[in-house]
Order: sequence, then structure tokens, then C-alpha cells
Amino acid sequence: MNRYPLWKYLTVLAALIIGLLYTLPNFFGESPAVQIAGAKTSVKIDNSVLARAQQVLAERGIESTGAFYEQNGPVGAVRIRFATPDIQLAAKDALEKAFNPNPEDPDYTIALNLLSASPNWLTAIGARPMYLGLDLRGGVHFLLEVDMQGALTGRYDSLANDVRSSLRDARIPVSGVERSDHSVVARFESEQSRDDAVSELRRRMGDMAFTTGTSGDSFLLTGVLTETAIAQVQAHALRQNIVTLHNRINELGVAEPVIQQQGADRIIVQLPGVQDVAKAKEILGRTATLEIRMVDDSPSAMAALSSGNVPFGLERYTDSDGRPLLLRRQVVLTGENLQDAQPGRDQQTQQPSVNLTLDAKGARIFRDVTRDNVGKRMAILLFENNKGQVVTAPVIRGEIPGGQVQISGSMNAQEASDIALLLRAGSLAAPMSIIEERTIGPSLGADNIKMGFNSTLYGFLAIAVFIILYYHLFGLFSTLGLAFNVLLLLAVLSMLQATLTLPGIAAIALTLGMAIDANVLINERIREELRAGLPPQQAIFHGFDRAWGTILDSNLTTLIVGIALLAFGSGPVRGFAVVHCIGILTSMFSSVVGVRALANLWYGRQRKLQSISIGQIWKPKQD
Amino acid sequence: MEFFRIHRTIPFMRHALVLNLISLITFLLAVFFIATRGFHLSIEFTGGTVMEVHYPQAAQIEEVRSAVGSLGYSDFQVQNFGTSQDVMIRLPVREDLGSAAQSETVLEALKAQSPDVELRRVEFVGPQVGQELVTNGLLALLFVVIGIMVYLGLRFEWKFAVAGVVANLHDVIIILGFFAFFQWEFSLAVLAGVLAVLGYSVNESVVIMDRIRENFRKQRTASVQEVINSAITQTISRTVITHGSTQMMVLSMFFFGGPTLHNFSLALTIGIWFGIYSSVFVAAALAMWLGVKREDLVKPVKKDDPAAEVP
Repeated sequence: MNRYPLWKYLTVLAALIIGLLYTLPNFFGESPAVQIAGAKTSVKIDNSVLARAQQVLAERGIESTGAFYEQNGPVGAVRIRFATPDIQLAAKDALEKAFNPNPEDPDYTIALNLLSASPNWLTAIGARPMYLGLDLRGGVHFLLEVDMQGALTGRYDSLANDVRSSLRDARIPVSGVERSDHSVVARFESEQSRDDAVSELRRRMGDMAFTTGTSGDSFLLTGVLTETAIAQVQAHALRQNIVTLHNRINELGVAEPVIQQQGADRIIVQLPGVQDVAKAKEILGRTATLEIRMVDDSPSAMAALSSGNVPFGLERYTDSDGRPLLLRRQVVLTGENLQDAQPGRDQQTQQPSVNLTLDAKGARIFRDVTRDNVGKRMAILLFENNKGQVVTAPVIRGEIPGGQVQISGSMNAQEASDIALLLRAGSLAAPMSIIEERTIGPSLGADNIKMGFNSTLYGFLAIAVFIILYYHLFGLFSTLGLAFNVLLLLAVLSMLQATLTLPGIAAIALTLGMAIDANVLINERIREELRAGLPPQQAIFHGFDRAWGTILDSNLTTLIVGIALLAFGSGPVRGFAVVHCIGILTSMFSSVVGVRALANLWYGRQRKLQSISIGQIWKPKQD
Repeated sequence: MEFFRIHRTIPFMRHALVLNLISLITFLLAVFFIATRGFHLSIEFTGGTVMEVHYPQAAQIEEVRSAVGSLGYSDFQVQNFGTSQDVMIRLPVREDLGSAAQSETVLEALKAQSPDVELRRVEFVGPQVGQELVTNGLLALLFVVIGIMVYLGLRFEWKFAVAGVVANLHDVIIILGFFAFFQWEFSLAVLAGVLAVLGYSVNESVVIMDRIRENFRKQRTASVQEVINSAITQTISRTVITHGSTQMMVLSMFFFGGPTLHNFSLALTIGIWFGIYSSVFVAAALAMWLGVKREDLVKPVKKDDPAAEVP
């Protein structure tokens, strides 16, 4: 009765082999590597870069132990593994020279990092090591919140522009178009022109809803975005911010960054192994957006400025020397039209500068504006963390065609290259703020791994010793089942490429501590059946059979808790819950099927089984 | 080796009233301490910044304190953490400074004092996140309670479901009471531990309920109280061995797992012991007082339990 058909043994064996194979990569550790990524959005990384890198290394006689190309989100990277850190450094220098002939203006970022050292055949069957959480390997974690109000404000600004140009195209006289909070308000002298405008705008701008009204003698037209359009703006803002973050992080040369959307307006950024936290934070936290606006230097504006008033339609800013300026609210160009930004030096003054290249649309607008406003001043603003700063406000000497713009002002070379980096890496569609930050030093990460591993190991050993003393051979079966459970759990986690964190290790330990319950239930039941006088084979059979219902019930209730934690938990709780849930499932398999297979294999063939080794069975005296 | 040599069924239910009174008093005390003392919540809930720094030699707490104080903080904590070389600094949320600036200025001030200080960890949580954690924690609790009630209601009977949930919520409240009384830090990891305890002690109750159901089938003439007593007696050996094993693992985490797992394993330890207590003494007694009957669990026509089918 205690025999498994062959397929059941084979299932257990297959689970064991798969478990071993997929757990294996976790033991190889990491080897030094070099990562090549694009330093500019215009530089594409693909398989040709990989071939070129391999050629460069072959020419220098530098041996690599593996090279591959990987797509990570919207951008790709080439990674090459080396045997020792010395070779890694030599390779980095060689690649740096070959790929970036001009170090002043790098096309690629060549960064050092670590890659899994598991052999290629394991990687080929998809066996990869678990991803270690930041608390285990060190690094930075940020939770960023996108300011959706800011995104909408930006959208309304550009809608106001569109309304203005639509009305101009349709030759409808309008006395002013402004953004007012989250709406666009147009003023008209006559009711007739307003009504014309309504029908014209309704036709042209489908995602806005228009209402009419009056204010004094002027006729008003107010436009707001429809609900779907607002949702679209927000989704777009989030997407663009994620892409921008990808680009910026690539510039930092971080391996395996995690950039994920969380909820409707949040982004998680995790940078494992980053040492220079301050720099990372600065690059991420800065939300530089570029705007070009016109300066109002008319006498009435100057008079208002000196009396401290700000006339309607204007905004007050100070330039880098602290002089106040009045700028039109209307934005000529934004960072959206920016193609490239590079640090450089002014040809005449040798001052550090940032050289901008605009796209076709931006170049056309810029040409028109400079042509129409010769002799007037134009301000280039940089918005960082919601604060606008006028970088420079030069006088337009003549039409500037070709979309090449140079910003120079009071900045040093470092600032120029930082600004260029921020602008180049793309502007953010909406400002973001850090609402959660976690930095874990690398030494703490290593300590955490050690402590987590040790506590699990010692706990496991203690349980093993106790269970074997108490249940003898069946205790050994239980211990093997428990080890099988750990193996399966690690294999499943590796297969899912789950992130292992310290709470995750705690969950492994706790799962082991709880998984022994199934074995105890079975063993106690077998003893009970023996005590009741059943022959050993029957006792084993009924022991497993009757314990199964209880095991199922108790594990399912625990699983309910695990799922609740998974659904509502965040951060550490989630890391705990994932491992907990998987652990419950693997423990049911290993203790019910795995241990049964062992017991069947050992005792199942013996037809005349007299006794089994499950510790002492004490029978109460019948009184 | 065998720990339990039980001659006859132990009359657990005879003392049910006393045991439940003890339970009730502990529960009320826990509620009292939670209400009066509140929790020492970690910054994950309150928002703020925690920094952990490491000195190569024993740290001068007073100097660190004065360095932080000189930056204009009034409501902050500096304490040793683990060893005498590790220092933990807790800073409140400051509107005028970003998270980045906050930890950097503090580190700069510390470096000015002793240049070999090493930053081990920084954690900053904005105030908006904390509120969500509390909401999500309560939602998780609600989901667990409903999920377990539904499952136990379907698999057993509503009286068991109510008894199980009441007994196990009482465990949770008692753990929380301990954290309030001793003002141990209540972090997200502890929350995970507390919820895990909920599952763990339901698990315990389920094992006993399973046995009660089985014994109702077997012992056709026994009274409800006898059935419950025999079920607890039969499972007591398994209860002690299982929890002993789990406790060994938890103790191992407590001693070797480092500070993050410290309070987590503390929560589990309390949970394990009160989980046993409530499953053995409270849940079964509540089910008895709710009037659980043989007819509730043994439905002769329907064989819903595979364990009952003897081949």
C-alpha cells in the first residue's frame, strides 16, 4: 500500500533536479564586469556595439569571460564579464579610449560593475540568480511622486498657445488668451467673435470643453480639458518621467537599475551598488526643465517693475546677477523641442556655455521669434524643483536659423556640464519630489546577508537535531523534506527572478519553522495509529492520509494571510509576503509528496514490516 | 524519546472559565496600554529621517548629539544601535529641507567632528507615505479576518469561524499591547510579523478544530465537552513540538538576525505563545459556549472531508 507508481518518484526526482539547477546560480557569486551604455539619447546601443567592443578587446589581447547585449526598458546596454578586477580595469581603460576618443564629449558611458558569475550553460536554460534587494547588496531606493498639478499646468500653458494660434489662423479678433489656474480663458470684444471662436475651437480642439460667460464689457470663453484628456496628460507625464529617469540613470552608469511605476502618480527608483549617493540624488532629484520666454522691456512694464507691481500676463523673475526682470507668461519654447545639449565654451569670451540643438519644429519657432523680435530681449529659464531661474537674457541681434542656440551666463564649467546633462537627459514632463528614500551602505548589506543566512542556518540545524532525536528515521525524512523545501523555494524564487530582501530571508526562516508542522502532524499521526495497534504499513498509510486534511486546512488559512500581505503590503512587507506565499506551497509539496516518497522508498517494499523507526511509542496501560 | 505520556484525556474545558478570564484580563490590559501609551512607531509610519552611522572606535554619543543639535534640530534622537560603534539618529520631517539636504548636512557636521565616520544607512519617509501604510495595514487586517471567517465558515461551521477569529484577534491585540507597554519600536517588519502571527495562530486553531470534527464522527456517544477535551489532548504533543520547532527558528532570528529582525522575532515569539494559549483554551471554549453540536459538523450524507474516508 505504501508504494508510489514510477511517475510519482520521477516527479519528485524532476522537482529535485530542477530545484538544484535553478538554485545553483545563486552560489556562483558575482564577477567583475564592464557596462557600456549610451551617454546621449541619439546614441543607440545594439549588437554592433557589442561586436565593436569585442573587437577592441581582442586587439588589445584582453580576455573576457562572456559578453552580451541586453535591453533594459527603452535603452540597451552591453555588458562584458572578466575574470579578475585587474583585467576589468584594463578593459575599461581600453574601451574608454576606443569608444570615447574625445573625453570632453563622451558618446558612451563605460562603467564598472558586477555580473552574475554563473556559467553560460546555466544562463542559457534561464537559470539566473535571485535578485538581491538593496538591503542585502547596498544602494539607494527612492520613491518619487510626480506632481500631477504641475503636469496639468504645463499642459494648459501649451494649450493657451494653441488657442492663440488657432484663433490667429482663423482670423478671429481676440483681446487676450491666458491660462488661469487649470483653464484657458480667452477674452473677446464682441459676442460675435466669441461665438465664432467657440465653433472654431470646438472643431479644432476635441479634447477640451468650452463654456461661455461675460465679465464687464468683455465676453469670455473658458476651456477646460475633458476627464479623459486629463487622464491622458497624467499617464503621458508619468511615462515621460520614467523614460527621462531611465536616460539619466544610464548616464550614471548603474547596472540593473529598477525604475517602476507604482500607483497612478509614483515611481520607484532603485540603484543597487551606487556609492556616490549624493550625486545620484542630485541628478534624480533635480527636475530641470527649459523654457524660453520673451522679456517685456516696454516703458510701462519698467514703470510697473520699479513700483513693485506685476502687470497681468507678466511674471517677475530675477536674473543671475539679481536684477529683476518681467517675463511674458507665454512660453516660446520648452525642453520638449530640445534635441541635444552639450557643454562648451563661448568662442569670443571663453566663458563656459551650454550649446543647445533644437529639433525641426523648435528651430522653426525659434527662427520666427528671433526674426520678429530683433532688438528685444529673450530669457532662457531653467526650472529646477519648481523654481525658475533666468540663466541668461540676451538681446536678439538678428534672426537665428538652424536651431543652434548657445546659453552663456555666469556659470562655471562644472555647472555648464551639469546643466547640459540635465537638459540632454530629457526634461521631465512634470516636477517630482522624493517622498521616500532608503540608502544602505555596502558593508551593511553584506552584514545583513550574513546575519540572515546564519540565523536561518542555525535555526534549521536546531530543528534538524531535535526532530531526528525525537522521530529517528522519520525525523531524518522530515529534515530531508525540509531541505528539499528550501531548495524548491529558492529555485522558484530564482525562476521568478524575485527580489530577495532581509524580510524575505526572515520569511524563509519562518516558513521552515512552520513547514515542520506538516511533518510533525504526519509523524504524530503515525505514532498514534501505531499506538492504536495498527501494523506499521497501515500506520504509515493512515498517518499520511489523515494528516493531509489538517495540513491542507492549516496551510490554506496561512495562505490567506500571505495573500492579504501581498495585496496590501508595501516595501518590506511585500518582500516578506512573496516568499511566505511561495514557501507555503513548496512546503506542502515537499512534506506531503517528498517525504512520502522517501518513506515509501524505504519501507514500501518490505512486505513483512515489523517496526518502523519513528522514536519511542509509549502505550498507556489499559486500566 | 517521547515527551507526552498522557494516561487519560485531560479535562481542559473544566477550567475554561478561569482560563478565559485570564485571557480577558490580559486582553483588557493590552487595550488599556495601547490606549494610554500608544506605539513607538518607526519613521516608516510617522515620516522623518533615520540615519545609521558607524565609527571605527566607540562613538561619543554626546558629541554626536551636540553636532546634530547645532544644526537647529530640537526633536531628534541619538542612540547606540547594536554595538557601541554604531549610532542611530532619528530626525523629524522638516518642510524647509529636502530629504537629500537633511542627511547630507548631518553627515557633514559629523564628519567635521571625526572624519572617519561611515554612513551605513539613510531612510527618509515623507509624511504622505506613513498614512497610507496605516490604511493598508488595517485593510490587510480586515481582509485577513474576512478571508479566514469565510474559509472556516465553509470548511467547518460559523461558530468555529467566529471563535477562531475572536481568539486570534485577541492574540494580535496582546502582541500590540506588549509593544505599547514596553515601547518597543513598531516597524513595518513588526507589522508583517503581527499579521503572520494571525495566520500562524489560526493554523493552530484549525488543527484542533479538525480533530474536534473527527472526534465527533468517531465518538458517537461522547458529550461535546468530552470531544473537545479529547481533541486537545490528542493534539497537545503535536502542538508543543511544532511550536517548539518554530520557536527555535524564531530564537535563532532573534539572536543572530541583527537589529532589523529583532523586533520581528519578538512579535513572533509573543504571538507563538499566545497563539497556543488562545487556540487551546480560548477558541475551543468559545466554540463550546457558542453551542457547537455534533450535527453542525457531522453531516452523514455528505462526505466533505477526505480525512474521514477510511478506505
